[in-house]
Amino acid sequence: MAYSDKVVDHFDNPRNMGSLDKNSTEVGTGIVGAPECGDVMKLQIQVEDDRIVDAKFKTFGCGSAIASSSLATEWVKGMTLDEAHNIKNTDIVQELALPPVKIHCSVLAEEAIKAAIEDYQAKKAE
Amino acid sequence: MSDSATPRVFYFDNYASTRTDPRVVEAMLPYFTEAYGNSNSRSHSYGWKAEEGIDQAREQVAALIGSKPAELIFTSGGTESCNLAVFGVARMYAEKGKHIVTSAVEHRAVMDPIRQLEREGWDVTYLPVDTTGLIDLAELEAAIREDTTLVSIIFGNNEIGTQQDSKAIGAICKDKGVVFHLDACTGLDTEAINVDEHGVDLLSLSGHKIYGPKGIGALYVRRRRPRVRLQPMMLGGGQERGMRHGTLNVPGIVGLGKAAALCLEERDADRARILGLRNRMEAAFMELEEVYVNGHPTQRLPGALNVSFNYVEGESLMMGMPNVAVSSGSACTSATLEPSHVMRALGVSEDLVHTSIRFSLGRFTTDEEVDTATEQCLASAQKLRDMSPLWEMFKEGIDLSAIEWKHD
Ligand SMILES: Cc1ncc(COP(=O)(O)O)c(C=O)c1O
Repeated sequence: MAYSDKVVDHFDNPRNMGSLDKNSTEVGTGIVGAPECGDVMKLQIQVEDDRIVDAKFKTFGCGSAIASSSLATEWVKGMTLDEAHNIKNTDIVQELALPPVKIHCSVLAEEAIKAAIEDYQAKKAE
Repeated sequence: MSDSATPRVFYFDNYASTRTDPRVVEAMLPYFTEAYGNSNSRSHSYGWKAEEGIDQAREQVAALIGSKPAELIFTSGGTESCNLAVFGVARMYAEKGKHIVTSAVEHRAVMDPIRQLEREGWDVTYLPVDTTGLIDLAELEAAIREDTTLVSIIFGNNEIGTQQDSKAIGAICKDKGVVFHLDACTGLDTEAINVDEHGVDLLSLSGHKIYGPKGIGALYVRRRRPRVRLQPMMLGGGQERGMRHGTLNVPGIVGLGKAAALCLEERDADRARILGLRNRMEAAFMELEEVYVNGHPTQRLPGALNVSFNYVEGESLMMGMPNVAVSSGSACTSATLEPSHVMRALGVSEDLVHTSIRFSLGRFTTDEEVDTATEQCLASAQKLRDMSPLWEMFKEGIDLSAIEWKHD
């Protein structure tokens, strides 16, 4: 099975790879997946006035998982929390032309975005 | 098929299939275009020529495993040989007993026929393996019963390269008077196997694992002490002593014969060279921290290097070295995310299963290919560790096994 050009591009040139300070109150961190399933995604957002000003990811997983999380960080940057919350895994599938066996990678990326937002909101609520 | 603009992809998947040796191809060609008769045709020279080709091939394969030519049955490949051995013996001796002993790390060509027999009422003992992939000989001995009609064990494991103690297994089977099938599809290109020294009653081999063509194989069936009988799976023209009917694949058989002859001649030199290259690659990988070799440290086929780069997922590791053809050690490309039954049987922890890839070296692997592939693999592993949240946690001293992972 060959990878789509977009997946290869994100794999070769990952966008926003790295980490933000997970202890900062302005940063939300989402970690989803499990090592025994072969995919773990960490997605972090930095928020100012309800808007995501920065995002970073680190992913353990196949090329499609890496591409999905890379794309997710690219998309959420500049979005409001509500807008980011509305990103659907099917948007990711379409953009990256993921085959059916890789749909779970896009699901994980959507979950990672939501988990990061939740984490940020939980910190704010404290 | 080749395109000068695309870079060459280095082949490190010899335990999936080997390149057909050009000398084998050469030997086969006349049997397509000149000696194209049916080897069963006794009335003209086309048939006689084909039969001569078959006879020579039978001698060549017999020489490789130390059997008599007449004890060989040509088949459509390793899968058919294994199926014929398992079904053929089980059904032929069903009145004597319905118990089979096998291991947990068999190829599916053995495992799945045995599963089928289990559904049909046979009783099966699956011997577990230790973390290196070896069965316990005492457990084997204890597992054999009055009603055991077959012991089927793999010689060299195609996923991890572990070599069972096949001589000791053969001796136990002889002692107990049970038919022993050795699945020697992988490893016959570098390892010396003699059916008498190994106490083998049935032996499966496959053309495309020893630089011969695909779709051709052979099953050795012992004729004396004991005389092993098989129930055929297909019925027809009476070929191969009635155990495998159907017009013989003459060019394929000639190719298998030539491949066997080349292995006999070049096996020892190939073995030494391949082992040197494999060890060089392995040593370079081991310089990185958190790298584990799967399989037995020493009792392992020389071409096998199944390696886990902890915290790096195997499929992405392969994607990071697009000019190197290797196999995934796990089955993460399938929708089920099921690790292979072999890795599971070793007790490799579930997270490490997803980090394994298999290099398999062979006759045509060069020094330059090994060095380039090693370099690309290490570069890919390092890049992906920088990208791995698990590596980051490991470096922060977090115990990953203590984390409750969120998954559905
Ligand atoms: C150990 C073992 N048994 C059986 C087989 C099946 O052989 P074939 O591919 O010729 O059907 C293979 C090869 O794939 C193998 O490695």
